[in-house]
Amino acid sequence: MSNLIVVPTVLPAMTAALLILALRHDLARQRIASVAATAALLAITIGLFMLASDGQPRAYLLGNWPAPFGIVLVLDGLSATMLVLTSALAFLILPYAIKGWDAQGRHFHALFQFQLLGINGAFLTGDLFNLFVFFEVMLIASYGLMLHGGGAPRLKAGFQYVAINLVASTLFLFAVGLIYAVTGTLNMADLAGKVAQIAAGDQALLKSGALMLLIVFAIKAALVPLHWWLPATYAATSAPSAALFMIMTKVGAYSILRVYALIFGAEAGALAQLANPWIPPAAIVTLVFGSVGMLASRTLRDLVCFWVVASMGTLLIALGTFDLPGVTAALYYLIHSTLTGAALFLLADLVAERRAQWLDRLIPAPEIQRATLIGGLFFLAAIAAVGMPPLSGFIGKLMVLEALRGAPGWPLIWFAILGTSLLMIVGFAHAGSTLFWKSRDANKIVEESDRRSFLPIVVVALLLAGTAGLSVAAGPATRSLEGIARQALDPNPYVRAVLGTDARVRAAGR
Amino acid sequence: MELLVASATGVLVAVGVYLLLRGRTFPVIVGLTFLSYAANVFLFAIGRLAINRPPIISPNASGYTDPLPQALVLTAIVISFGMTALIVVLALRGFLETGSDRVDLDTLDDARAPRKKPDPGRGDWPA
Repeated sequence: MSNLIVVPTVLPAMTAALLILALRHDLARQRIASVAATAALLAITIGLFMLASDGQPRAYLLGNWPAPFGIVLVLDGLSATMLVLTSALAFLILPYAIKGWDAQGRHFHALFQFQLLGINGAFLTGDLFNLFVFFEVMLIASYGLMLHGGGAPRLKAGFQYVAINLVASTLFLFAVGLIYAVTGTLNMADLAGKVAQIAAGDQALLKSGALMLLIVFAIKAALVPLHWWLPATYAATSAPSAALFMIMTKVGAYSILRVYALIFGAEAGALAQLANPWIPPAAIVTLVFGSVGMLASRTLRDLVCFWVVASMGTLLIALGTFDLPGVTAALYYLIHSTLTGAALFLLADLVAERRAQWLDRLIPAPEIQRATLIGGLFFLAAIAAVGMPPLSGFIGKLMVLEALRGAPGWPLIWFAILGTSLLMIVGFAHAGSTLFWKSRDANKIVEESDRRSFLPIVVVALLLAGTAGLSVAAGPATRSLEGIARQALDPNPYVRAVLGTDARVRAAGR
Repeated sequence: MELLVASATGVLVAVGVYLLLRGRTFPVIVGLTFLSYAANVFLFAIGRLAINRPPIISPNASGYTDPLPQALVLTAIVISFGMTALIVVLALRGFLETGSDRVDLDTLDDARAPRKKPDPGRGDWPA
């Protein structure tokens, strides 16, 4: 049964190879193969989630090499949750892409599968260097997806995106090098035991390595001041790619949680709680910056991009506490913001394709077709995004506020979260009323009936149904996420699963 | 030798960062290449500097050099090589499509709106 752990990386890799080698010229069959593979991936990740729900981390040793020497994949509650979220998001986005986006360039489906390979691998790996490799796989595929369809603005933004990520990769290599030079290992479980034993003279080197790693993850998670690539990139890319990229910022958040709870957590001696002083202040600035950016946006797509930045701020404020209520709230908000963000990007595209040359710019234009339906969906998505009852954004923000009560400087944090919620309401209200109510010329309603397929609207509705389900099932969901957060914050079961011994026992034996 | 390797890494990083901050695509790409060279040299040094020692087990070896950094650096070289090829193509395509090799996005807002179509924001409403 635990052999299933390797499937979320192998299945997309084989599918992508099949798509490129055998089905290169046959878009119809590509679509069938891609959807079938993603559906299978969803089923398998749900199976893995059930497997992990007993609270026991499981290690998969590739080639059966013993743990600190070979490559190891680790499945625990946190990685299983992220895998299910990824495959569910991919499964929902794929029908949207099949509506026509995938025909605008070549190899969309192969790139999509490679992207899933990289993301799943990053969630499963138990080794820092393999995390680097899976980051690269994920990024290479994302360059292709980001540029899918071409066009001058996309190429311009794409160059910046590739350049910033190449710098981040180089930083990742330096950080990994520093950590290896001091500890002699890159296995995360092995590192968890060794970091506390480092000689005093080497601690400065290890600390610089660990903080450089934080910079890399902060770039991925779009934490201010390393956020500026995100609005430019996500606004320039195609809608399905932007929706899938919602999970990529979460890879950064996941890596921060994994590395700084497991390796540099409470038991890391002199380097314990290394990330704690850095993340919350940067996250508050991220939240404020994103919300102010929403007010300055001139297109719906830009507005959503800045909302993504702001939502990463909220998420990381909660995550930065590294305690049980904080991480539980962060995980809940993570699932909510991924689904809502994807729905918003797809909605921006639905609006843009119906407004002829006005696209999604926030200026009055002739009324769009199916304005009531799309406007209604936008209203629901905006409610979820801003954090108004009854959708999951409200519960998520409430949990974040509750988790931070009593934290140092909590009145300021509460003020930031509640104040920026007001800015978000203003931003979304302005966008919605301009797009759906302020018709420039009432007589100019385009006559031809809307012959577009209903499928994209169904996809958006399903994504929003996900956030609605998350708020209906908030009780069981938070209980489950609390168990997962407790597991993520306790390095010992993880280390035992990988190395067979307790971190402290190992450390004492040296 | 430590001084030589350390200063070589430092100089490569300095050159890379300087070029990275230029405003046109070609210097940026060269800067990225310098940075990845620096990372490769640095990765070589993390297994400590050892001369004339084998990385694999041999009966008449007096000592060993750490083989793992060599495996890491090989992976890093392959990835950065592929990435450099990609970004060169990307820069060329960008130059051919926009007629400019500038890195900044100043022209993005103009480019995003199709040029031939009227801009209702400026009052030219189609008849």
